[in-house]
Amino acid sequence: MKNMLKTGASALALSLLATMASAEGKLSLYHWFEYIPQEVLDKFAAEYDVEVTMDTYDSNEALLAALKAGKLGQYDLAVPGDYMVEIMGKEGMLDTFDPSEMSNFGNIQQEWVDVTFDPGRKSSIPYQWGSTSFAVNRDVYPGDIQTLGMIFNPPEELKGKINVLDTSGETLTLASMYLGIPQCTSDRDQLKALNELVQTAKPDWASFGSDVAKDVLVSGDAAAGMIWNGFSAKAREEGANIEYAFPKEGYIVWMDNVVLLKDAPNRDNAIKFMNFLLEPENAAAVTNYAQYTAGVKGVEPFLDEAVKSAPELNPPSGGKTAFVQACPEEVQKVYDTIWTNLKK
Amino acid sequence: MAGLGQKPTAGGRTYAGLGLPLMLPAWVIIGFFLVLPIGIMLVYSFLTKEFRGGVIWEPTLAAYDQFFFDRGLFGDEQPKIEWTYILIFWRSIWQAGLATLMCLLIGFPTAWFIATRPASSRTIWLFLITVPYWVNLLIRTISMKFLIRDNGPLNQWLLDAGLISDPIHIINTNTAVQLGLFYSYLPFMVLPIYAAVERYNFSLSEAAADLYASRWITLRHIILPVVKPGIIAGCILVFVPSLGAFLAPDLLGGAKNFMIGSLIEEQFKGNAGNWPFGAAASMILLSMVLIVLIFYARAQGRAHAKGAS
Repeated sequence: MKNMLKTGASALALSLLATMASAEGKLSLYHWFEYIPQEVLDKFAAEYDVEVTMDTYDSNEALLAALKAGKLGQYDLAVPGDYMVEIMGKEGMLDTFDPSEMSNFGNIQQEWVDVTFDPGRKSSIPYQWGSTSFAVNRDVYPGDIQTLGMIFNPPEELKGKINVLDTSGETLTLASMYLGIPQCTSDRDQLKALNELVQTAKPDWASFGSDVAKDVLVSGDAAAGMIWNGFSAKAREEGANIEYAFPKEGYIVWMDNVVLLKDAPNRDNAIKFMNFLLEPENAAAVTNYAQYTAGVKGVEPFLDEAVKSAPELNPPSGGKTAFVQACPEEVQKVYDTIWTNLKK
Repeated sequence: MAGLGQKPTAGGRTYAGLGLPLMLPAWVIIGFFLVLPIGIMLVYSFLTKEFRGGVIWEPTLAAYDQFFFDRGLFGDEQPKIEWTYILIFWRSIWQAGLATLMCLLIGFPTAWFIATRPASSRTIWLFLITVPYWVNLLIRTISMKFLIRDNGPLNQWLLDAGLISDPIHIINTNTAVQLGLFYSYLPFMVLPIYAAVERYNFSLSEAAADLYASRWITLRHIILPVVKPGIIAGCILVFVPSLGAFLAPDLLGGAKNFMIGSLIEEQFKGNAGNWPFGAAASMILLSMVLIVLIFYARAQGRAHAKGAS
């Protein structure tokens, strides 16, 4: 018995030592689902002798809710979209860094350095950027698809076969573009028109879903669907005869960014990881996996041919684009009411 | 309750005076996992919402006001009765009710079948009932989606058999949601009814038959009263989780219409970020379920009292 205790105690001490040893190098990520290849994480872990752990979320709002509910201080880095970086900054959830802390800071493409949601990149670096519009099954509808009317006033062939992203931000922004009204408008007539548009369009929609947006197009449950460009490219690769549209009324451009969270338990490793992601080879590995576009210089030599030439990633020049805006509280309240009315 | 009045017998091991410490674990569990969370919910439902999630510590009835009163798109019209959430609750009750009915119609004969097998094979049948439920609910719900989609195996089979000429459109309809709920919770109906039927003394049926009771009369007046507690327990076990389900409505119903579960989820995870309203909707749901259960408990109590007298 005594011996057993001794062995037990020494085993405990050993394991404590072991955890202490590895605890020196830890990194805790909070990331989107299916957005980073395991190889990239493994490579970082091996190169810097850091133990990487990752939890995932499925929307910007879910990320914000989790951090607000007490998870701030548990994670070092998160990957919010553009408008959410601004919101998190205003909520005081972000830590700042100095560009000199990252040797690869200069790799950020010039147009992505001074962005409105984080002027001068004090708390964030680019992760990937892409667009949100929709894709149409060309077997079902061979006509011209370069208009948001495909979703909001669809032709007979597509009626009842449309999937819409289950987020009010993206759906109502595209609806506003179709109507030609500004985002976050506080004009009552415009808001009423927006409400009427989605109410009239809803009977033509088959389903709401974000994480299933690719699957419904591949399976044929939907003949058209709002979708992100990289997800659409993946759906095409999986055999759906679909074309991603760059509608004439405009489409959404977004950028996901790696942000340094306030009270990050492993700030040094977080900075190392951000610097690692700005390495062209690593940024390209993420792009090859997620099929969006990196905001980093010099990734081209590392990109897969199929990704480089994907039509979804090469929009025609001169298209109208806009970021989703973070609406002020009074307008957001009306948006929420419109959304609830739509789904009641 | 009977145990309280009993004196510990002399010579037997006595736990007299140890009641409180022995009950402590139960109280801690109830307090920590039941009273505390519900308490937090109750308090939050009366707090002021903070923009984009979170609460401000100022008491208000705004969340309940939002639930019951409609003040128009811009919130400045004369208050009318708000039908939106009542509609959502009613839809959930209706869906859950139909799913419960389907479970009962299929579950009762199934339970009866199992209970009337020889004792040795009953275990195998029960085991078979539980096998699909070793798989995660999410996976099962998605599999259901694969089966019933327009070009899925179910339609393919019916088309090949020549029974239909066009695929039946089930996916993204209310029928799909009911089907999903039915499939998710069927064992919760079968098992309690099985337990009740197993206790049933089948010589009662024989006696009834000897006295010229028809099969229907035997079922209504002899069998049903005996297995009723099992049926009620099964209905509650299916109805209550169906009411708050959001997987089946989201995946099979296409998330087109909020059910109670998805409405509450949206308040915490969606754009709305309205925690007090989510808490208030949860409290209203909880109260409704509680009222149903209290009625059940009362009915049970009366039945017991009648049985005793």
